[in-house]
Amino acid sequence: MTHMRSTSSVLVDVELLVNGRRLPLALDPRVTLLDALREHLGLTGTKKGCDHGQCGACTVHLDGRRILSCLTLAASASGREITTIEGLADGDRLHPMQQAFIDHDGFQCGYCTSGQIMSAVALLDEPCGPGEADVRECMSGNICRCGAYPGIVAAVQAVRQGRG
Amino acid sequence: MIGAAIDRLDGRQKVTGRATYSAEWPIERLSYGVIVQSAIAKGTIAAMDVSAAEQAPGVLAVITAGNAPKLPQGGQAGVNPPAGRALTLLQDTRVRYNGEPIAVVIAESFEQATHAASLLRVNYHEEQPAVDIMQALPTAEPYTKKILGQFEPFSRRGDVDAGLRDAAVVVEATYTTPLETHNAMEPHSTIAVWERDQLTLYDATQYVYGVKRFVAKTLGLRDDQVRVVSKFTGGAFGSKGSAWSHVVLAAMAARHVGRPVKIVLSRRQMFGPVGGRPYTVQRLRVGARHDGTLTAIDQDVVSSTSTFEDWVESSTLQTRMLYAAPNVATAQRLVRLNLGTPTFNRGPGESSGTFGLESAIDELAWRLGVDPIELRLRNYASVDPETGLPWSSKSLRECYERGAERFEWSRRTPAPRSMRDGDHLIGLGMATATYPAKRMPASAAATLTADGAILVEAATHEFGTGTYTVMTQIAADALGVPIDRVRFELGDSNLPDNPISAGSMTVSSTGPAVHAAAVALRERIRQAGADPSDVESCRRIIAAAAGAPLSATAAAAPGAEKARYSMHAFGAVFAEVRVDPELGELRVARVVGAYAAGRILNPKTARSQMIGGIIYGLSMALFEHTAIDPRNGRYLNADLSEYLVPVNADVGDIDVLLLDETDEHVNPLGVKGLGEIGTTGVAAAVANAVYHASGVRVRDLPITIDQLLAGSDR
Amino acid sequence: MQPFAFITVTGEQAARQAAAYPDARYLAGGTTLIDLMKLNVERPSTVVDINAVPLAAISELPDGTVRVGAMVRNSDMAHHPLVRDRYPLISQAILAGASGQIRNMATTAGNLLQRTRCYYFRDTTMRCNKREPGTGCAAIDGYNRIHAVLGTSEHCIATHPSDLCVALAAVDATVRVVGSKGARAVPFGEFHVLPDERPERETALEPGELIVAVDLPPLPFARRSVYVKVRDRASYAFALASAAVALDLSGGVIRQARVALGGIATRPWRAHEAELLLEGREASVEMYRQAADAALAAAIPRRHNAFKIELARRTLVRALSRAEALS
Ligand SMILES: Cc1cc2nc3c(=O)[nH]c(=O)nc-3n(C[C@H](O)[C@H](O)[C@H](O)COP(=O)(O)OP(=O)(O)OC[C@H]3O[C@@H](n4cnc5c(N)ncnc54)[C@H](O)[C@@H]3O)c2cc1C
Ligand code: SF4
Ligand code: FES
Ligand code: FES
Repeated sequence: MTHMRSTSSVLVDVELLVNGRRLPLALDPRVTLLDALREHLGLTGTKKGCDHGQCGACTVHLDGRRILSCLTLAASASGREITTIEGLADGDRLHPMQQAFIDHDGFQCGYCTSGQIMSAVALLDEPCGPGEADVRECMSGNICRCGAYPGIVAAVQAVRQGRG
Repeated sequence: MIGAAIDRLDGRQKVTGRATYSAEWPIERLSYGVIVQSAIAKGTIAAMDVSAAEQAPGVLAVITAGNAPKLPQGGQAGVNPPAGRALTLLQDTRVRYNGEPIAVVIAESFEQATHAASLLRVNYHEEQPAVDIMQALPTAEPYTKKILGQFEPFSRRGDVDAGLRDAAVVVEATYTTPLETHNAMEPHSTIAVWERDQLTLYDATQYVYGVKRFVAKTLGLRDDQVRVVSKFTGGAFGSKGSAWSHVVLAAMAARHVGRPVKIVLSRRQMFGPVGGRPYTVQRLRVGARHDGTLTAIDQDVVSSTSTFEDWVESSTLQTRMLYAAPNVATAQRLVRLNLGTPTFNRGPGESSGTFGLESAIDELAWRLGVDPIELRLRNYASVDPETGLPWSSKSLRECYERGAERFEWSRRTPAPRSMRDGDHLIGLGMATATYPAKRMPASAAATLTADGAILVEAATHEFGTGTYTVMTQIAADALGVPIDRVRFELGDSNLPDNPISAGSMTVSSTGPAVHAAAVALRERIRQAGADPSDVESCRRIIAAAAGAPLSATAAAAPGAEKARYSMHAFGAVFAEVRVDPELGELRVARVVGAYAAGRILNPKTARSQMIGGIIYGLSMALFEHTAIDPRNGRYLNADLSEYLVPVNADVGDIDVLLLDETDEHVNPLGVKGLGEIGTTGVAAAVANAVYHASGVRVRDLPITIDQLLAGSDR
Repeated sequence: MQPFAFITVTGEQAARQAAAYPDARYLAGGTTLIDLMKLNVERPSTVVDINAVPLAAISELPDGTVRVGAMVRNSDMAHHPLVRDRYPLISQAILAGASGQIRNMATTAGNLLQRTRCYYFRDTTMRCNKREPGTGCAAIDGYNRIHAVLGTSEHCIATHPSDLCVALAAVDATVRVVGSKGARAVPFGEFHVLPDERPERETALEPGELIVAVDLPPLPFARRSVYVKVRDRASYAFALASAAVALDLSGGVIRQARVALGGIATRPWRAHEAELLLEGREASVEMYRQAADAALAAAIPRRHNAFKIELARRTLVRALSRAEALS
């Protein structure tokens, strides 16, 4: 029943399923999913804004739901399906949410943007009400210091209303 | 092309996660540095035990004042703001604020370095720090040097005392703004790589050349030994306009361990060591006759700085030029506290200064029974009242009018607590926005390459302002080619020299240089017998030159216009607030901002920038304050859960009007800059609206439930 | 973060065995634990990942009790029909907390065991009795705007930050735990303990004990219940004051009332005094004010948090008025 036990000097074997790829790694158990992506897999699209669950920049999908990769240990995500911003587009074809963010200028510096888009995509499958106020509330776990909120709300509404 | 609302050209990179920010460069043999900070605000380090840290797994080195290399002039050789600041580079054992860097731990991994950093044991000789602005107020001293080498620290026109005696009504009040911490979403980060005696810094910065020169000086290197790269910066707001301690420490650490070192500040570490807006305590006296004519304005501003570097929040500047009052006096004073040195923060000076001035004007309007817009129009300055110079252009009257119309100011009933929507009190308030139009020398290069594409280069910066997009538009326009033929490169000190991207002057400085380089290249292409807009002909001339690309460089600098004109952008900002009279909950339901800032090169990115500026102002109005422990100067709410900035749900409707304005004097492009002005005036507009809604006059930012509860119904 | 051993378990038994290592901690959603480990406030030697333990079901027992598994994610709990329809105050409390992402991670058990947001607790350079017993409380004469006014002691004035727990206190939930001595059921009112002289001890849980479920007893009138939360910003912020209220009204008379307060107390705060005052009385704002005064009668203000007393009163009056309007 005990799958793994490690000590500090022992690395844990984890297998991250990122964007459909199977990526085996031997990691210090302290490595978060966020740092595994950024520092070990070169997937730097997922951002670190606070490292404490307080900004949403590190949002990814775990088994299809949005979560914060900074508060998730990589070892704990082993074997579960992970989608990051790099996995959204279909080759050169952007995900409609990505395109909507461009169309509605839903970002400025771009640093919160991956997290915003990952949240926005997840929101499409969540029980979020139809109005702008509902979107604002559902998107409040993603801080944008540049203040791109109006564009973000417009982008989400455009996609939800099929105006991609 | 100029003036077209095109999508951001770096949009695709940003929405796919492929834009490379400074901590994200793939570097071989990278190691991780973590800064250890002091736990007291004032004193000296008596002893530091690094043995446990040194022996921790993966640790490569622990650098402290004991083993750090001695730098020229004690590490102060490069001090020269804005880029070069008085830093903490492990040259001595003094502690001057809580959270000051006292060591760097370098290890194989981030986890190992962070853990080892927690193992240092430090004993201090602690001294009593000064950390409370109100307690320290009596120690304020007049600042007598020019602010940033440019602005007089005090001003006097006419006779303020006489003017106040002549007044029928005098408003006398003190307004305060708290310590504010920028909190750009991207943490400050630097990767330092040495190749023999050549240093490359991948740095999150607003000023690659500044960092290059400063780091070279500080480390005793030649300028050409340092290269700084910064392709995307994840928000800055002034905090990344200087090279702070971690930048130099990364270079020192990399040399020490003989490997590249990456230092990324934690969110907590961004409170103190990388600047912030200082406290201001603003005493205002404003007098007017019954008809609303201003007789005098007196503004005395005390702002805080650290004990080791003077930094002045120039909150008096707008008071000198906004109103045609005959008697105006302003003064800046400084209080030195055991806190980190402050720096520019979006709309530096004017954002805090307009809170004081425009709140006081609103109080005056209420006392006089004059409409706040009308009061401002009665004192409209048709020339710069301080210098007597004509404005290069000014459309503030139109901003008031168009903004008021869009906002439906006319439905406002003047008395406080007179407007309701159900159980909520509604308040409408307004204020003036203003920021100077600045410009610095800049240079650029334009190159026609073999495939007919045009590469334009300037060492400027992209942190959300749309620089890639707008510079491409300028170059394409000058060359007469479509946007997709031009590629613009920035953020590398190997490219042509450019100033700091701050003070809303990137487009006004770099824009003319890019324009000039593009025009020069266009002429060279024509001389070579091709038509720039005809790709085939362009390819032919390069082929004929055996593939050698055709280049042109240009420099552009401000001329004598500054001596002849007073140059400022203006705007009017209107806020509608809803106050729950029982709970004291406050929401800003709507903001209308009408701005005239010269020519608008890209309405799409410009609008976003103004919205962002307004939201930054809302944040000042409602949320931001850095809490300091009154005993030991610890930064208490040093994270994004307790240091509040707006989330999506806090932001209501924001409506931005960008007025057409032609300015033939300000610079060749006729632009005044947009980055800062959006933040100015907002806090006052909200405070004025809160007064209108609730009858509670809040003079101390931020406006929180505690303050509104005190003055509300039961 | 201090080094630790990482263990994944798939069953309750194995979980408890692994938790027998000294200083072991269960890892559920991680939104409290990993956060505090990064701050060196939590320094477990062993982390026991219980995410694969099958405790994620919500079911109805024959007597009408709704059993919520310890590993049910907060978002699933909030949106589950049994919870949403029968206990709106619980759904509302959850959805008023944290963010969509965090609610997708946070679990029932983890939420009960989240720690205070006291600045001094979260900063290992400062004195804190809760983190390091006997070192003193830096908050009592420090900056204490977010701190508690009820249930405090001279040793600790930290606020219990949970929203969910306030609603659970109101409905008299039961916490089901298993430990080396077998299974037991802890009434919610006894689960969190007052700081008194030992603020480091926050709950009745024994070392190694595993929470397996939280039971919500049948409470028909909870269908008309509300949670009101007041905070500094519109979302993604902890409560300055909150109130969970359910009213059983008949012909304008309050037959039963359930009242709990949050954001102002050292533990989820059931306001029995207020309930006693309300029951059997005619519903009116005046009555609500009296109840609110009673609920806050024992409050002790500190330098920066005195406003919370009045704010909590008004929040409670608002919640009671809203609950009345529903009935
Ligand atoms: C930025 C931020 C904002 C937040 N805002 C709010 C808010 O507004 N309102 C609110 O109520 N909460 C808020 N939270 C707190 C959040 O709800 C809690 O962190 C969460 O509920 C904890 O659950 P978890 O499953 O993640 O716990 P974990 O972090 O996994 O565990 C917490 C503790 O419980 C123990 N534990 C977990 N499961 C069990 C079990 N089955 N048996 C015994 N012990 C167990 C762990 O060992 C650990 O000590 C916020 C959190 C963050 C990071
Ligand atoms: S209030 Fe409690 S948690 Fe905060 S410092 Fe005091 S003892 Fe520690
Ligand atoms: S980095 Fe994960 S929430 Fe901020
Ligand atoms: S775009 Fe800069 S933080 Fe959101």
